[in-house]
Amino acid sequence: MENGNRELEINSSGPIIRIQDVTKTYSADKSTLHALKNVSLDINKGDIYGIIGMSGAGKSTLVRCLNFLETPTSGTVTVGGKDLSKLSEKELRKTRMNIAMIFQHFNLLMQRNVIDNICFPLTIAGMGKKEARKRAEELLQIVGLEDKAKVYPSQLSGGQKQRVAIARALANNPEILLCDEATSALDPQTTKSILALLKDINAKYGITIIIITHEMSVVQEICSHVAILDNGSLAESGRVIDIFSSPKTKEARKLVLDDGEKIAIMKSRHCIRIVFTENSSFEPVIGNMILEYKSPVNILYADTRNINGTARGEMILQLPEKEETAQKMIEYLKERKLAVEEVEGYVD
Amino acid sequence: MWTKEITDMLVQGVYDTLYMTIVSTLMGYVLGLPMGIALAVTDKKGLRPNSVIYKMLDIIVNIIRSVPFLILLIVLIPLTKAIVGKSYGSSATIVPLVIAAAPFIARMVESSIQEVDKGVIEAAQSMGAGLFTIIWKVLLVEARTSLIVGVTIATGTILGYSAMAGVVGGGGLGDIAIRYGYYRYQTDIMLVTIILLIVLVQILQGIGMMLSKKLDRRKIK
Repeated sequence: MENGNRELEINSSGPIIRIQDVTKTYSADKSTLHALKNVSLDINKGDIYGIIGMSGAGKSTLVRCLNFLETPTSGTVTVGGKDLSKLSEKELRKTRMNIAMIFQHFNLLMQRNVIDNICFPLTIAGMGKKEARKRAEELLQIVGLEDKAKVYPSQLSGGQKQRVAIARALANNPEILLCDEATSALDPQTTKSILALLKDINAKYGITIIIITHEMSVVQEICSHVAILDNGSLAESGRVIDIFSSPKTKEARKLVLDDGEKIAIMKSRHCIRIVFTENSSFEPVIGNMILEYKSPVNILYADTRNINGTARGEMILQLPEKEETAQKMIEYLKERKLAVEEVEGYVD
Repeated sequence: MWTKEITDMLVQGVYDTLYMTIVSTLMGYVLGLPMGIALAVTDKKGLRPNSVIYKMLDIIVNIIRSVPFLILLIVLIPLTKAIVGKSYGSSATIVPLVIAAAPFIARMVESSIQEVDKGVIEAAQSMGAGLFTIIWKVLLVEARTSLIVGVTIATGTILGYSAMAGVVGGGGLGDIAIRYGYYRYQTDIMLVTIILLIVLVQILQGIGMMLSKKLDRRKIK
C-alpha cells in the first residue's frame, strides 16, 4: 500500500470528483453530436456511484471525461481538488494512476500472462520487477485467482478476465475506480460475483467506485447513489433509495418501473402461475375473468418464451383477498384449459 | 557437365542470396519499423494525429513503392557507389534492396499496429502510460504475431528482389540463373538455381510461420 498515490487525499475536502457544467460535442463533417449537455455532478469519497442510461445516453463519454481519455468541450472536471484541464501531460498521467478503470471487454494484454498483465501498471508507475511481482501476487489473492498467475487471458472465462482486470486496476492503490459497463458482457451469476467483489473492495479499501451501466439491477445491487443520464443530459441524481422510492423525472420512472417486478399493492398472498399454450391465447381470458367476477387481479409477472418452436406465455397473478372469488377464478381458468398452479412466497 | 566448380558456385550463390536477404531485411526493419510506427501513430485515428508528418511519410513511401525494383537498382547506382565503394556484388545490392524494402516494411508494420485492439490501448492510457510505453509495451507486443508474419513476407519479397540483382552483376542465385540460363543457355544450371530458390523461400516461410504461431498467446494450447 505504501506505493499508492496519496497526493489527492491531502487536498480533498469536499467531493472527490466534481463535474461542473460539462459539455462534449463531436463534430464530424457538417453534423455535430452533443454527447453531453451541461452535466454537473458531485461524487463523494467512498461512494459507489451508478451512472445509468440507455445506450447512446452519453455514459461512456462522461466516464471518460473523469480521467480525460475524452476532453470535455466545455466545463470542468475536478478530481481530488485538481482541475484536470489545468494539468500538464505528465501530471495528468500521474493523476490517472489514481483513477483506475475497468472495461466491458476487459482489455487485457492478450499476449501476456495474468501476472504480467497485473505488473504492467506497476512498471508504468516505476516499480521494480521483483517488488511488482510480489504486489501482483497479493492482488491475485484479493480477486481469488492465485492459481492463474501463469495463464494467458485467452484461457480464462469472462468473469475471470474481469477479475484480472480488477486486480490490474487496483495495482497502484487508486482512490477511484471507474467501471465502464464492467458486467455487461457477463452472465447474471458472474455479474453477481463481480459486483460482490467490487462491493468488498469499496468496503475494505474505501475506494470510490463509479459504475456505468444500462442495467437497473446493477445499480440496485451495489450502488449508494445514482445519476440518470438521458440523451446527454442529467435527468436526476441522488441516493438510490430516494430515486427508487420516488423517481421525480419521466426518465427515472421509466428505468425504475421497467425493472419493478415485485411492486405489490394488493394484500393477498394468494398467487397462482398460469401457462398459456398456443391454443389458449385467442380469448382474452384474464380480461373476461375480471369482468365476470368484478374483482381485479394483479399481474405480477408475465413473459413469453419460445419452447421448441411454440410460443408459451407465462403469468403470475395475485388473486383477490376474498378466498371464495379466488377459488372461482382458479376454476374459471382451469375450465379454459390453462395450466394453473399455486405459487407460494412470491409476495412478502 | 557437372563439375566441382559448379557446385562451389551454387554453394556460394546460396550464401550470397542468404547474405543479401538477411542483411537487407534487418536493415530494412531498422528503417521501416520506425517509419511504420510513425505512420500508425500520426494517423488521423492514431495516438498523436499529425497530418503533416503522416502525409510526408505517406508520400515518400508511395513514391519509392511505385518505382519498379529493377529501375530503382539502376537509378541508385551513384548512391550505392558512394556508400559501398562499388556498384556490383552482393554488398552493393544491399543498398537498393534496403531502400526498396523499407517503405514496403513500413506499410506492413503500420497495418499490423492498426490491428491492435483499441480497447487495450485505452486501458494502457487509463493507467497513465505515456506514448513510448504504449508503443513499446503494448503496440509492439500485442502486434507481435502479425509483425512476424510481416517479417516472413518481407523476407520472401526481398529474396525475390535479390535475384534481380543479377542483372547488374549483383551475385547470388539470381545472378547465376541469369548468367547461365539466359546468357549461356545452360538450362540445367538455371533449373537447379530455381529449385534452390524455391527451397530457400519455403524454409524461410516455414520458420516465420512457426515462430508467429508459437509466440501467439491468443490461442488455447
